[in-house]
Amino acid sequence: MSEHDVDAGRRNMLRVSASVVGVVGGAAALIPFVSTMSPSAKALAAGAPVEVDISKLEVGQKIQVEWRRKPVWIVRRSDEMLANLGEVEAKLRDPSSELSEMQPPFAQNSNRSIKPEVLVLVGICTHLGCSPTFRPELAPADLGPEWKGGFYCPCHGSRFDISGRVYKNMPANDNLEVPPYKYLSDNVLRIGEMDEEQGVA
Amino acid sequence: MKNIAQIIGLLVLLCANNSFAAAGAGPIFHMNVDTGNQKSLQRGAKTFVNYCLSCHEASYSRYNRVAADLGISEANMRDNMIFTDKKIGETMTVAMTAEQGKEWFGVTPPDLSVKARSRGADWIYSFLKSFYLDEKAARGINNKMLAGTSMPHVLWELQGFQKLKGDDQHADESHADDGHGGGDHSPFVLAVDGQLSAAEYDRTITDLVNFLVYLSEPAQLQRKSVGIGVLFFLFTLGVFAYFLKKEYWKDIH
Amino acid sequence: MSNKAGGIIGWIDDRLPIVGFFEDHLSKYYTPKNFNFWYFFGSLALLVLVLQIVTGVFLTMHYKPDAELAFASVEYIMRDVEWGWLIRYMHSTGASAFFVVIYLHMLRGLMYGSFKEPRELIWLFGMMIYLCLMAEAFMGYLLPWGQMSYWGAQVIVNLFGTIPYIGEDLAIWIRGDYVVSDATLSRFFALHVVAVPIVLLGLVLAHIAALHTVGSNNPDGVEIKKNKDANGVPVDGIPFHPYYTVKDIVGVVVFLFIFSLVVFFAPEMGGYFLEHANFEPANPLATPEHIAPVWYFTPFYTVLRAIPNPFFGVVAMGAAVIILFFLPWIDKNKVKSIRYRSTLYKANLFIFLGAFIWLGYLGMQSVTPMASQMALRLSELYFLFFAVLGIYSTQRSAAYYLFWFVAFVAIISVYDVYRNNADIAALTWQTWVIPVAYLFITLVLAAFTNLDQDKPVPERVTG
Repeated sequence: MSEHDVDAGRRNMLRVSASVVGVVGGAAALIPFVSTMSPSAKALAAGAPVEVDISKLEVGQKIQVEWRRKPVWIVRRSDEMLANLGEVEAKLRDPSSELSEMQPPFAQNSNRSIKPEVLVLVGICTHLGCSPTFRPELAPADLGPEWKGGFYCPCHGSRFDISGRVYKNMPANDNLEVPPYKYLSDNVLRIGEMDEEQGVA
Repeated sequence: MKNIAQIIGLLVLLCANNSFAAAGAGPIFHMNVDTGNQKSLQRGAKTFVNYCLSCHEASYSRYNRVAADLGISEANMRDNMIFTDKKIGETMTVAMTAEQGKEWFGVTPPDLSVKARSRGADWIYSFLKSFYLDEKAARGINNKMLAGTSMPHVLWELQGFQKLKGDDQHADESHADDGHGGGDHSPFVLAVDGQLSAAEYDRTITDLVNFLVYLSEPAQLQRKSVGIGVLFFLFTLGVFAYFLKKEYWKDIH
Repeated sequence: MSNKAGGIIGWIDDRLPIVGFFEDHLSKYYTPKNFNFWYFFGSLALLVLVLQIVTGVFLTMHYKPDAELAFASVEYIMRDVEWGWLIRYMHSTGASAFFVVIYLHMLRGLMYGSFKEPRELIWLFGMMIYLCLMAEAFMGYLLPWGQMSYWGAQVIVNLFGTIPYIGEDLAIWIRGDYVVSDATLSRFFALHVVAVPIVLLGLVLAHIAALHTVGSNNPDGVEIKKNKDANGVPVDGIPFHPYYTVKDIVGVVVFLFIFSLVVFFAPEMGGYFLEHANFEPANPLATPEHIAPVWYFTPFYTVLRAIPNPFFGVVAMGAAVIILFFLPWIDKNKVKSIRYRSTLYKANLFIFLGAFIWLGYLGMQSVTPMASQMALRLSELYFLFFAVLGIYSTQRSAAYYLFWFVAFVAIISVYDVYRNNADIAALTWQTWVIPVAYLFITLVLAAFTNLDQDKPVPERVTG
């Protein structure tokens, strides 16, 4: 190592450019490693849209199907239930689902569904992930005289109306999630997929 | 001197590829694999679902992946290539259980997902061309590549039936040189005509084996193009690294 | 600590001497300035180790160590997991690359006498790393649960069964079953993924720590620490960082280029890196027609097959590996580098290399009478190399060379007479020429020519 003129500028330029190229390559090499952890084709296939025939679903009844390994409820509501939706609105935290995330546009109203009477919900409490119970009856003893029918989470007592909208001052802050879905025919639902126009509505 | 010749012989072998060398008799016929030919893969997939998939599974392969890789629309796949109530994301399995297969054929028809990687394309291609009439075989049909195979000649409608050359002195001479099964090298002559000419049959099974080669490693369609990008990047990095090294090593005398 | 660092570095350095560590091992760690091509493989081995660990971790997220699920889970990685094929090919190619790099690294040690005093401990740790790597590769190869995985493991585990008295019980204990089974797969998985890598990392640390204590050897085999300037810096030494870091980066890029050629364009490497039969799920009832270990085990596998007695075959194979441990005490010649060793030393090393490669080739082929004769002859060359190396430790008298020539020829001939039978008589005596010719070159020529003369070693490194 004898003394000679080091072209510091050239050396620095080369060091910086080689480092930049190296870092870019290193970052690109991370992509495959990180992507291996996203859902595989198997998981995606298992989470594919589910088709449900609701022709046998009676008024006031709830059925449950599995979509992406989560319970999805389908309820055929009575006219009375729909009429009650307006009455409870003052006590709700977010009556038109503007604050809650993960809502298809057609769910931002009081009935939160494509067809008013057919309610489709992901049956998972937005507080900590328990599955609420379906309580359609009016004013039962345990839920008090004001209860107009809805969903009640046994874990921490969150209450939701019959459209899955959360009441004020509950542990849960968000309305129950409405999954993307569409009607293939009058009585056949496809859960997990939305029509384009409904998606952007 | 003989031993020296033998040693040199061994040395020459050292350079040869040993890939399939020791796996019994080598394939009789050769085909050119071209997984870049999407039309061929599509035709092969069609033959596969029609003729193979009723007994053989491709249980590691998903319909939607095949559709995406081969440029087939999902609707087309659903309507024309899935004959069961399977969903597009599911794997290409068959309803027949392994036990049933064993009962009906004597052995469970093997899964074809990775067959082309274990046997090689030429072997499967030769196998599909080597069914012949054999009175001594249990089912009257034997195969030159896999003697005593329990697989029936599924493609007989297309190929017809052939027999071994010289097996029957009264073989119909009109079939002798129609080029069926690779001309002079073929040990077979056609005994019963099929729907396809010899050349058409060869093309059909070439497409089929092409598809099986794709099926054995779907990633091969992307692999090389990703590789070219990676090599290009490494070359660029190499140039920078080289000049950086040269710059620093100016200090060293 | 002359110039104290400030800021965060300074804060940490007060509590953990990272600045000193960086200086001791990189910026003020002096390495000979004359490293050549052969000196890339140490850092490359480290790179491959990291690559194997990282890809291994990601494979473990998707792989299922269960005899029912293992084969399918590998195909799941190849197809359903996004980019899974790339990670898997990197890991499978990495295994072979590891051995390519390690073999070249070991050859470097042989050529330049890097195992000699004061570096014996580095060599011993290195050999232990090599042993661990063999265990790691062997157990990892079972995991895809293909036919080669299964039958390869079956054969290797049965080697332990040849040990007298305890062998059979030992083999059953290793497998946890009467044949290789789910129990074997699970324990091999645990050892491959957790136990051996931990040992490996510890050994690598010890290997590097020992190296940094005595410093690197170099292609001239000259100790640079014997020649220091006023500041105590070796005059032929340069700081590892930045000079060898920038140089090693070039090596890394070239290596990755070749590595990528395999990963992206020939991941099976014609059946050498991923064997064709391993794409057939394991079947305990049917052995593949042709079964061969992966290429990096084949030289030792051939030694095993060369001896017609199972137990002594295992002993010979074990000895072929273990003898490498003793290299520092076999070759005691003061001249380290091949550059200044005698012509006959070079011939000896070159023949050894040829024999090793040829043994490896034979291990991939089916056994013919000629091949098994050659296997024995090459195994003889393999072991004779070490004997000759010991003889070359210093200048010997003609009588000494001739004595050992006669002794070795006698031993080989006696064994040939003992093992000879009518079937192989012709081949036996034809191939007898091979070890005798070898001994003639290395010992008789040494006795009657001056080809056994070492050259004078310079005081300082050259070039």
